[in-house]
Amino acid sequence: MKYLRLILSNLKRKKLRTTLTALSILVAFILFGYLAAVKVAFNQGVDVAGIDRLVVRHKVSIIQFLPESYKDRMLKIDGVDLAVHATWFGGIYQKPSNFFAQMPVDPEPFLDMYPEYLLEPEEKKAWLETRTGAIVGRVTADRFGWKVGDRIPIQATIWTKKDGSSAWEFDLVGIYEGAEKGTDTSTFFFRHDYFDEARQWGEGNVGWYYVRVKDPERTAEVAAAIDAEFANSPAETKAEPEGAFFQGFANQVGNIARILMAILTAVFFTILLIAGNTMAQTVRERLNELAVLKAVGFTDRGVLGLVLGESCLLAAIGGLIGLALAWVAITYGGDPTNGAFPVFYFPVRDIVIGVLLVLFVGFAAGILPSIQAQRLRIADALRR
Amino acid sequence: MSQDNGLLVDVRGVDKVFKRGAEKIHVLGGLDLEIPEGEFLALMGPSGSGKSTLLNLIGGLDKPTQGEVHVAGKRIDKLSDRKLASWRARHVGLVFQFYNLLPVLSAARNVELPLLLTRLNSKQRKQQVDTAMTIVGLSHRMKHYPRTLSGGEQQRVGIARAIVTDPTLLLCDEPTGDLDRKAGDEVLELLQTLNESQGKTIVMVTHDPHAAARASRTLYLDKGQLGEEPIE
Repeated sequence: MKYLRLILSNLKRKKLRTTLTALSILVAFILFGYLAAVKVAFNQGVDVAGIDRLVVRHKVSIIQFLPESYKDRMLKIDGVDLAVHATWFGGIYQKPSNFFAQMPVDPEPFLDMYPEYLLEPEEKKAWLETRTGAIVGRVTADRFGWKVGDRIPIQATIWTKKDGSSAWEFDLVGIYEGAEKGTDTSTFFFRHDYFDEARQWGEGNVGWYYVRVKDPERTAEVAAAIDAEFANSPAETKAEPEGAFFQGFANQVGNIARILMAILTAVFFTILLIAGNTMAQTVRERLNELAVLKAVGFTDRGVLGLVLGESCLLAAIGGLIGLALAWVAITYGGDPTNGAFPVFYFPVRDIVIGVLLVLFVGFAAGILPSIQAQRLRIADALRR
Repeated sequence: MSQDNGLLVDVRGVDKVFKRGAEKIHVLGGLDLEIPEGEFLALMGPSGSGKSTLLNLIGGLDKPTQGEVHVAGKRIDKLSDRKLASWRARHVGLVFQFYNLLPVLSAARNVELPLLLTRLNSKQRKQQVDTAMTIVGLSHRMKHYPRTLSGGEQQRVGIARAIVTDPTLLLCDEPTGDLDRKAGDEVLELLQTLNESQGKTIVMVTHDPHAAARASRTLYLDKGQLGEEPIE
């Protein structure tokens, strides 16, 4: 602690240089925070996927339909506890940029399948009683300022109605919350029976199934049994754990984790060069002073520690403020895409990684100049 | 602190060779020097004669190529760098020609530097700094930064830093070399007082006969050899 004043004083020596270096580190860590939140958004579903849930889709592609009749056959397979279907609606609310997912489902089994969607009992009752009823998650409700009782018009892009119109209207009967921080509360669910009767084509078909298995340890076995059940049929299936399904979905955009890692590597490599250059310069300018410190009794390691401490403190000032600003901006500023991401937050795990990264940047930027200071020979440096 | 024979510094058969590329420069050759405790010794000689090198060897800032350096009964030329640093902190106070104060620290913080290596707490350190600054007559300049002090004042802060740990030996490398006559005299007066009233053993390198006259003994160094008289 008694050396902190000395380290701080040295940082204040060239205020502009220190400020600019700290600012570059700060910006890098704000970017780190945002990229971590984006990664969470893309991996949403993977992180909160139920270990006892499977997704069953058409073997060729998720855009191929499966018969609604598969549900009863699945329920007869040993190990299957519950099966519920969903279909991609792909409608537009007001304008295409107002994207959010909409899906017709069977309300009761669906809510049973997804206990992480928290709906008030009276809202659930209203949904069961209202044929045109729909529920939506908190994120989307807040995004558009929807309230229970609102009538929500959605323009279909795939599903025209039997009367030839593309305008679907739903009565908002409930707004669900997420049980966990990562729970997607952006999706709009409405009743499959209303959808099935009103749509012009595709009656009796659904997009995919969610299947709950009785024993999570038998997930692979049950998935294989489902696929075997529908083998050699016109609509063969591919059953996989929910986490793997969401991962595959995210991977359609690209390997997000790898893309983000590549961006961060480039950013932090640049930051290392900037901070490393600052530290190298600061040591070069102070060789005489470092020699004086050694002359009055500071050991080689002591001087190494001072320079390394200075580097770590510089990284900590920029990095920790950057992480804090990122947290504030993400938590209170919200999703910069204005709701296109189902979830958007800075996970604690990534904050911890960020703090470790701050220390790493400080250490890596300071280690070579510190060693230079450690090896400095007093008599030589004082002669300069 | 001195050895049984009353010597504080005993340099025996010291050689110092510097390498510059393939060339070897013999700065000191088989040099012997004995400094009794409480002496104020002035070392004079032409530039490049090895005065500062000898001072560095006595202060443990450098090691001889050959020979032995004993200070306060301890052979220091064989100590590891770490032990030598610790020894310097306890036994040596250094005063430099260009003061070598840290510009980012106030006068008091500069003086406190050697005390950071001790176990003293903040209050005790402050007391010692106050004492040292009072001795050099700068108790009213504690919070001033080096750039706001005159050369003479900066050198007195340098002396306060050198004496704040109450070292065994004070080594001064041309302490008046960067000062005008008046400020130089004040610094020399201070060194003389420290020697006479506090019994500090002082070794001072100087080019200035006027400064050397303040010392109790003057030795002349040339071509790596010491003598009582200037070598013509």
